[in-house]
Amino acid sequence: MEATAPARLLKRERRPHLGLRTTSLAYILVLVIIPVAIIFQDGFREGAAEFWHQVTLPVAAHSIGLTLWTSALMTLLNGVMGLATTFVLVRYEFFGKKLLNSIIDLPLAIPTLVTGVMLVILYGPQQALGQFLQERFGFQVIFAPPGIIIALLFITFPFVVRTIQPVLLELDRQQELAAATLGASGFTIFRRIIFPALALPTLSGSLLAFARAVGEFGAIVIVAGNIPLRSQTAAVYVFGAVESENRLAASAISIVLITISLAIILVTNYALQGRNDVRT
Amino acid sequence: MSAHNLVAAGGRKRGWGATLLILSVVAYVVLLLVAPIASIVRGALQDGFPALLTALQKPTLWESFGLSVKIAFAVIVIQLLLGSATAWVIVRHNFRGKGLFNGVIDIPFAISPVVVGYMLLLAFGRSGFLYPAVKALDIQVAFAVPGIFLATLFVSLPFMIRELIPVIENLDRVQELAATTMGAGRWTTFWRIIFPPLRTALVYGVALTMARAMGEFGAVLVIGGGVQGRTATTTMYIFHALEERQYVEAYAAAIILAFVSVLIVSFADWIRHRSTAQ
Repeated sequence: MEATAPARLLKRERRPHLGLRTTSLAYILVLVIIPVAIIFQDGFREGAAEFWHQVTLPVAAHSIGLTLWTSALMTLLNGVMGLATTFVLVRYEFFGKKLLNSIIDLPLAIPTLVTGVMLVILYGPQQALGQFLQERFGFQVIFAPPGIIIALLFITFPFVVRTIQPVLLELDRQQELAAATLGASGFTIFRRIIFPALALPTLSGSLLAFARAVGEFGAIVIVAGNIPLRSQTAAVYVFGAVESENRLAASAISIVLITISLAIILVTNYALQGRNDVRT
Repeated sequence: MSAHNLVAAGGRKRGWGATLLILSVVAYVVLLLVAPIASIVRGALQDGFPALLTALQKPTLWESFGLSVKIAFAVIVIQLLLGSATAWVIVRHNFRGKGLFNGVIDIPFAISPVVVGYMLLLAFGRSGFLYPAVKALDIQVAFAVPGIFLATLFVSLPFMIRELIPVIENLDRVQELAATTMGAGRWTTFWRIIFPPLRTALVYGVALTMARAMGEFGAVLVIGGGVQGRTATTTMYIFHALEERQYVEAYAAAIILAFVSVLIVSFADWIRHRSTAQ
């Protein structure tokens, strides 16, 4: 606040502060913090040993492992392809570029359940492409881990692109031109000048994608077919546990999922400190 | 790539490496995003156009769609009031624990929807600690519309807030001070100075909240239970139709839902482009 501000203003600004702040704090407390606290309380109701027992049950542990490795593989693919896509979108002019740019945002609007439905139609065992992949290469997509990865790729693709895009747009081209003048090859320029500037946004976009992927349910429940020890992810396992009123298991695996998400959010916020957040 | 090529990378001349990169990116996006979207149209038409028309005329489809819209509107109203208040507090107020508060806003973005539904079930279900309170008020939350509303409110929390924060940060405070110095009341300052630059972000926030709210499935499925007609949202309608192997019904509803969501977000995009172009 400027020192020249009238005293009247200062007095007035103090009053509404507390009402507004209390309202928004109460809103977040009731909507987010209390429900999360309830689940932690419930999961440790029977003690840490019981919690650990629930997490290490073979079916539960497998679902957590499957969730983590499919999400990690998806994140890697998305990081590379997201970087390439952003580079092409920002640096080249070509026919259909505008259309490509708007297509990338579609997963943000399409409900994930619908994504799952789409993928089953495309890759399902009774469908042309699904049958072709199955018979020709013995590669099963639907009701198997590849389907999970494809669904996650679809859903999180915009996160990576939209995190890198503003940074690449603002990148100083003088340096690249200088390097080229000095005889650096295109690849060297990318490796030494462009990539270092994009490494952090690529990482944070990928982490966001990973956090989102770990909890995904709507698309996966349709695509993966919920086969324990094969294609059942942690979120689907929690759903099954809730349905069969297995409260201990549901709470324990929920805690694991929440903890993973929280850890990633903390790391991402830390990595992005001082930067403008560009998630949508 | 030589310096000349790099300068020309604006369009006229490109090396074969660049062309290959563009082609592979386009192929990737077509395979990953366009092919599935196209396939659902084909799926909906698998039994012919009349079958699709019949599926689109089902009253239960439009009942569920109406419920989804109603819930989305209610959620938007709350996010407009409390979400904007929260964004304002995060930018303009300083208090202990503000960093943590800011981080908490992102929790709904990353938490699994199933877990969201389950949390609400634990709180409001028959053995939940909030059950006596809502029972006393004669409201049923679990397996009813209020529960679906709360779940949707939770998952759509960050969208409005994250849209507004950067815009509030960029507001010119000198203008506010000037308005107040010239004797403008708090309302006048808000409507004439603060509100106009926030308009675009508010439209975008509403659109993203709406799309997210209409498309929510996991949380709604767990807390809503899905008694057909009464608590079925559009996503639940699709899920039930799939379970009953009414494929054309499911695909028709999925197309409607995806189309409406894409339309809403595109409209907001258009508003944003128009306002940045000005």
